[in-house]
Amino acid sequence: MKHIKNIQKPCLRSGKNTACGECQASCQSACKTSCTVANQKCVKTAK
Amino acid sequence: MIHAFEYRGTFLVLDVESGAVHEVDKPSFDVISALERGNALYALPYSRSLIDEITEEISELKADGLFDTPAPEPVSSDGAASPIKSMCLNVAHDCNLRCAYCFAETGEFHGGRMLMPFSTAKAALDMLIKKSGGRHHLEVDLFGGEPLMSWDVVKKTVAYGRELEKKFDKHINFTITTNGVALDDEKIDFINKEMHNVVISIDGRREVHDALRVTPNGRGSYDTIVPKAQKLVRERGEGEHYIRGTYTADNLDFTEDVRALADLGFEQISVEPVVLKPDEPHAINDSNVDCAIAEYDRLADLMIERKKEGRPFNFFHFHIDLDNAPCLAKRALGCGAGVEYVAVAPNGNVYPCHQFVGDDRFLLGNVLDADGAGNMKLNDDIRRSFGSCNIFTKEKCSKCWAKYYCSGGCAANAFKLNGSISEPCEVSCKLLKKRTEIAIGMATVKD
Repeated sequence: MKHIKNIQKPCLRSGKNTACGECQASCQSACKTSCTVANQKCVKTAK
Repeated sequence: MIHAFEYRGTFLVLDVESGAVHEVDKPSFDVISALERGNALYALPYSRSLIDEITEEISELKADGLFDTPAPEPVSSDGAASPIKSMCLNVAHDCNLRCAYCFAETGEFHGGRMLMPFSTAKAALDMLIKKSGGRHHLEVDLFGGEPLMSWDVVKKTVAYGRELEKKFDKHINFTITTNGVALDDEKIDFINKEMHNVVISIDGRREVHDALRVTPNGRGSYDTIVPKAQKLVRERGEGEHYIRGTYTADNLDFTEDVRALADLGFEQISVEPVVLKPDEPHAINDSNVDCAIAEYDRLADLMIERKKEGRPFNFFHFHIDLDNAPCLAKRALGCGAGVEYVAVAPNGNVYPCHQFVGDDRFLLGNVLDADGAGNMKLNDDIRRSFGSCNIFTKEKCSKCWAKYYCSGGCAANAFKLNGSISEPCEVSCKLLKKRTEIAIGMATVKD
């Protein structure tokens, strides 16, 4: 493509092997107010 | 849904429902922005053939599931049936500082100063284990007020938690959030040995910190805290920690506070906007939020500059690992307050999160009412109301491009500012969106 370059593949995972609930509650991270969730890691995929 | 934005001179497009990101040229950016806003494409100052070329590329991306991807099936949760895996344990409703912006009424939490007896902490952990169901990873944040004022209970609680881990095959990540005033060698050693994460509050520049984070007699606390925090972080090595500051309307040039923290040797930094009602002193509100938004660009410049100089630091809200970020279910259901996360006050009262502590409209129960095995009834109606409050059910969130990054925002802030956990705080949303654009840019664009 001449005008548009994909630089990040789809990354919102759903379905099989998701929703295990083992990752950290977002409010328990550094912020305690701002509730950013996407900067957390999935405990299954993160190395 | 798509979102087109500019990151440090690069034009980016986020495909909201898939998380794909595209780098585009200026004409494409204008075309996609017009599409995002529902504006006429042929009114743009480009030739028809160029616009057609771009729309053709967009069609190809759509066919590949990379552009304007349809929304997934909504994720839902019966809040009352959810396991509880995370707990904020307010071991002290007292504090040795009197910070001007404290959401907890300088440690009192609307209920007078009190330290949590160990028997209550023990009952809280018993409840956590009982309510955690099949969850293996549990979290307990030792919080306050100032948790170091209840140090003996902190130590006993951790020891008890370690016993429970063995007995019930659980793993408890203990964390502590402290102002650092009472840190000493013994506490630093214990924290670095036992805590999965430690958050120490320092607002940045000495004059900024000392203006609002004062002792009961009104003196600044910077000189007391900083050397202790430096020692803890130095001895902690690679262990998780954050130096967490708060910025207010008085320091909208908060890049200088982050710079000051980095200059002190801290590399893990989180500086957050204060949460106050718009007319309260120090509040971030409609009149100054644009200044705060612009400041994040300066902060991004500083972070990249420091990285290039070989002395990097991490800013919590600019860090997203797109490939390893949480799954859709996690992103949809939010912070977990009242559902998988609760807070326990020193008197044993249970609330949806630390920010609701002391507000008895949100009282879920009391850990001291549990039987010896931690069995107890929590208020199902309140838990369900939190469980049903998510990015698919909140009208504003469902239409917002940033929904999978903020997860719908903070329910407590929404309630505090708008009187409803379903009505997100507009100022917080604006700041979050800006931080998210920068985070996505940093994760995808090479410096």
